Amino acid sequence: MLAKVYVTLKNGVLDPQGKAILGSLHAMDFQSARDVRVGKYLEIEVNGTDPELVRSEVAEMAKKLLANTVIENYRIELVNG
Amino acid sequence: MKAGVIVFPGSNCDHDCYHALKHVLGVETVFIWHKEGSLGDVDAVVVPGGFSYGDYLRCGAIAKNSPVMRDVIRFAGEGRPVVGICNGFQVLTESGLLPGALMRNRHLKFLCKSVQLRVENAATCFTARYQQGQVIDIPIAHHDGNYYADAATLDTMEENQQVAFRYVDNPNGSMSDIAGVLNKRKNVLGMMPHPERVVESLLGGTDGLPLFTALKEHVVGA
Repeated sequence: MLAKVYVTLKNGVLDPQGKAILGSLHAMDFQSARDVRVGKYLEIEVNGTDPELVRSEVAEMAKKLLANTVIENYRIELVNG
Repeated sequence: MKAGVIVFPGSNCDHDCYHALKHVLGVETVFIWHKEGSLGDVDAVVVPGGFSYGDYLRCGAIAKNSPVMRDVIRFAGEGRPVVGICNGFQVLTESGLLPGALMRNRHLKFLCKSVQLRVENAATCFTARYQQGQVIDIPIAHHDGNYYADAATLDTMEENQQVAFRYVDNPNGSMSDIAGVLNKRKNVLGMMPHPERVVESLLGGTDGLPLFTALKEHVVGA
């Protein structure tokens, strides 16, 4: 099973990279861009067929390593394959 | 006294810390490879600066799972002194020994220069050789030194006098100008600036020396 993990900064945590990208988009005249938040995307191939078990296993991975929960949130999507 | 300097793949200030302890202070010092399961019989631990595991994922995120870190956590839990400098500070926040997290610098630049710090708590085993409120010159060299903690954590830290050092002129966007923090028990210190780089006038300054002297005196008695 493939687990897609999205790690994003929590609301309220300033994202200097996002701000710099937003500035660049505005400089390129993409005035429609209102805010940018930079995150990470991970693909993890996981052994297992039970989506509930895989999800809880990947959530443990996220809490213990993939995300720093002081500053980041995570979201998991499972894809059968 | 015996001091231990942890070495991760990518540590690059380990020899500077070793030099400060061994040659400047005359303390027996050993390197401890991160794969070691035990710290051995050391009396104090330094987690040095550098780029452990190439800063992959997040600074300090992979290093916190090194075998030696379990023993560092045990050692710290016994109230014994641990100091993390720069990347070492990041490892200590990632491992949960210190509150907060270190994020990319506000202006996204790698900063390498001497900065002024104010000593905010001079009543610890690391800072006893400074005066409360003393301003010292210590160099920084980091890309991810922007200290973050949520409002409730910051309040608790202020109440418990857990801020060890503050920047006089905040270079990186750190909340409350925080440059160095302590755990509640005050036996674990993390700081972004590099005291080991200013321990001899030959190196351009000696403002970092009192930190190591205080640590030595704490262990062996003044």
